[in-house]
Amino acid sequence: MEQTDDIGGSGRFWPALREFGEAVATLLVTFIGLLAVTFIISRVVPIDPVTALIGERATAQQIAAARAELRLDEPMIVQFGRYVWGVLHGDFGTSIKTGRPVIEEIARFFPATLELSTLATILGVLVGVPAGVLAATKPGSIADQVVRLVGLMGYSMPVFWLGLIGLLVFYGTLGWVGGPGRLDAGYDMMMDFEVTQYTGMILLDTALNGRWDMFANALSHIILPAGLLGYLSMAYISRMTRSFMMNELGQEYITTARVKGMPERRVVWVHAMKNALVPLITVIALSYAFLLEGAVLTETIFSWPGLGRYITDALMVADMPAVMGGTIVVGAVYIGLNLVSDLLYKLADPRART
Amino acid sequence: MKFDPTFRRVGVAFLSGLLLTASPVALLAETPADTLVVADAIDDIVSLDPAEAYEFSGLDLNNNTYDGLIEIDPATLGMVPGLAESWSVADDGTTYTFKMRPGVTFSSGNPLRAEDAAWSLQRVIKLNKTPAFILGQFGWTPENVDQMITADGDTLTLKTDKAYAPTFLYNCLTAGVAEILDKETVSQHDAGGDMGNAWLNENSAGTGAYVLKSYKPKEGYLLEARKGHWRGDAKIAKVLMRHTPEAATQRLQIEKGDVDVARTLTPVDIEGLTGNKDVTLQHDVGGQLFYLSFNQKNENYKNQKFLDAMRWAIDYQGVADTIMKGTAIVHQSFLPQGYLGALDDQPYKLDVEKAKALLAESGIKDPMVTLSVRNSADRMDLAQSIQNTFGQAGIKVELKVGEGAEQLKEYRARLHDATLQTWGPDYPDPNTNSSTFAENPDNADEAKNTGYLAWRNAYDPGDMKAKSQAAVMERDPDKRKAMYEEIEKEHRSTSPFILMLQQARNTALRSNVKDFYTGGAIDSAAYWLATK
Repeated sequence: MEQTDDIGGSGRFWPALREFGEAVATLLVTFIGLLAVTFIISRVVPIDPVTALIGERATAQQIAAARAELRLDEPMIVQFGRYVWGVLHGDFGTSIKTGRPVIEEIARFFPATLELSTLATILGVLVGVPAGVLAATKPGSIADQVVRLVGLMGYSMPVFWLGLIGLLVFYGTLGWVGGPGRLDAGYDMMMDFEVTQYTGMILLDTALNGRWDMFANALSHIILPAGLLGYLSMAYISRMTRSFMMNELGQEYITTARVKGMPERRVVWVHAMKNALVPLITVIALSYAFLLEGAVLTETIFSWPGLGRYITDALMVADMPAVMGGTIVVGAVYIGLNLVSDLLYKLADPRART
Repeated sequence: MKFDPTFRRVGVAFLSGLLLTASPVALLAETPADTLVVADAIDDIVSLDPAEAYEFSGLDLNNNTYDGLIEIDPATLGMVPGLAESWSVADDGTTYTFKMRPGVTFSSGNPLRAEDAAWSLQRVIKLNKTPAFILGQFGWTPENVDQMITADGDTLTLKTDKAYAPTFLYNCLTAGVAEILDKETVSQHDAGGDMGNAWLNENSAGTGAYVLKSYKPKEGYLLEARKGHWRGDAKIAKVLMRHTPEAATQRLQIEKGDVDVARTLTPVDIEGLTGNKDVTLQHDVGGQLFYLSFNQKNENYKNQKFLDAMRWAIDYQGVADTIMKGTAIVHQSFLPQGYLGALDDQPYKLDVEKAKALLAESGIKDPMVTLSVRNSADRMDLAQSIQNTFGQAGIKVELKVGEGAEQLKEYRARLHDATLQTWGPDYPDPNTNSSTFAENPDNADEAKNTGYLAWRNAYDPGDMKAKSQAAVMERDPDKRKAMYEEIEKEHRSTSPFILMLQQARNTALRSNVKDFYTGGAIDSAAYWLATK
């Protein structure tokens, strides 16, 4: 028996190791591909970063000197090799525009996006999943029509318009929420000097510092953009939840459960939801990744210093180290969430564990 | 309709959460009393080192943390003594002596010395960053600058390679690149021979009314007033700049009182704020000029009658009123209002019949202009208006719309036919625009004089170049002024440039904010006089 168990353990170990190896290899290949594509695009765009940087009056000599300083005069393959080597050592290069390390800038901008997207996704899931289930359990009802209509509006209304209207109504007219930016001016000045910043996420940092006045102020600022993005996320999640649940509720095992007299709540939330959850995890992960990529328009309207705005601003001035750094982070987010959703599949669906 | 109890519970919990978070807790509706909160788009900043800063927002900041030998009075825009209390020029016209103001200290507490001033100016030349050319015009090079700029006790001596117009040097010394730095403090932060360049991107080391407390690129900065400034302490203790790229957002914030000053408003926002008793609109001019230029590689654009026809085929006032809506004024010469020698008259207006007659006289049949234009809304509207009025005069215009950087690349390579562009002066002396619009050292393609607008348009200004070079040497300010006026008149009637508009600035202030100065066309913003 003991020997059999050992053989069994070894039998589980090698496939798991192989699976892990495959995952790592996939991750590496994806990263190198991402780096290569981003690098090539950055070099073929018809915008000269040097001219964009040093202005119209620069002489040919100054342009040549700047080009040499940025090492743009080296062969492309050498530049790429140097870039990959740097990234592997945590060096994303220096922003052409600000002269600061890209990794430091991303460390400043990404937490703002992470905070906003996480709250938006939580709101989207909290409303979207129950709304989708409600619509699926009562198809054709008024509740179903409302959920579908609200979802459709989320799909079809431009986000910049919704953002501006939201600001006008809830901030400008009603005064229920804070305005653009992450804090009011008074708190904004205190943030750097009175709060230890552990994560760069203001809600977390102010809570960890026990600064509940600042926490409440930050919450009043984030609630509107997070609510807006959460609404868009909700529109997608509720629609997909409705579809997945309707599919499950039409299955024979659901009829069997009902015939056996199982309470409807258990039929819906335990049996049907358990199976709908597998594709739903992908939907939520994709929606989350989309928001983490940065909602550029929302960040612009709400003066939110997030990753999407960072990449877009950098792109506008051909600050390619910044664009590439941001793109790698976005790629890493997608890959990371893909791994997490794979893991969650296995927890939700025993068949995926083999 | 019956709901499952689970839905009810989830619904109640969610609504309660929403109400809790959305309640108006901890909203500081008004800005702090001791702080001027400014909303502006400041993502143009490349560096805060005075030797490198060359963008509007960076120069605005530095104007408040540093001082120069000679300053511009924010209220009158006249030249006044700064860190030099007096100065003189020797008879040979190449040696200038500045006596330093006594009792001035840097924010570090170190006393200001002539040595600091000499080192700061030498440093600009040695670092050779983009704005170094402003000082390099006086014959200063990394090799000779230690001999040309010297300090002795409280006296600073500047030697120039030629006897330039003294006003030329004085004007250039008011530029941001000539701000004076604390040599001892900056030298302590030298990294790899950068003379403190990296450190100065996050710190200030000047004698200015404010000290830079924090700067986050693309987010904002905080300035704190110093005590005992030589000009008198700043009226307001702190200045908080919040990067706000969206104009509509700035408007909402100024309406709500969440910011005291909004600086990047669109015509729509200005219109919307007009009549709001809580907000004051302040109008002044900026230095940017809007112009059309025609590449003389196309022989048609050497035909003076054809160029004249186009000058009379633009509705200058119409575009200023209906398209720019308060963000530009009509201006038809290459020196912006506020500059020595600027012409404020408007000899051209829309006259379609006159344009038609001139076109007929030119002998050019069915002319076609391909006009390159950036893909921004105001430029497109402007170009379409020109297309329309040119069309009425019989000149067909095809618009070639493209991204800004791409168009600039085309322009610098002389590949355009005609282009709608803007130009902002580099320093507060007329030579800044005269040298680029009216001088072209070598018109050959291989010369690549991309810094000269005349070269970009393959335009040889002939004897205008000599006139412009003579004006920069003229020591009598009145004569110098007259010389530029003459050059401008000749330029606007003979060159392939059509100057149309000058930027107008519209700043929205909360009604309790007073004495906020933007610097007009020749200087940068001054925060130290503002009150609220």
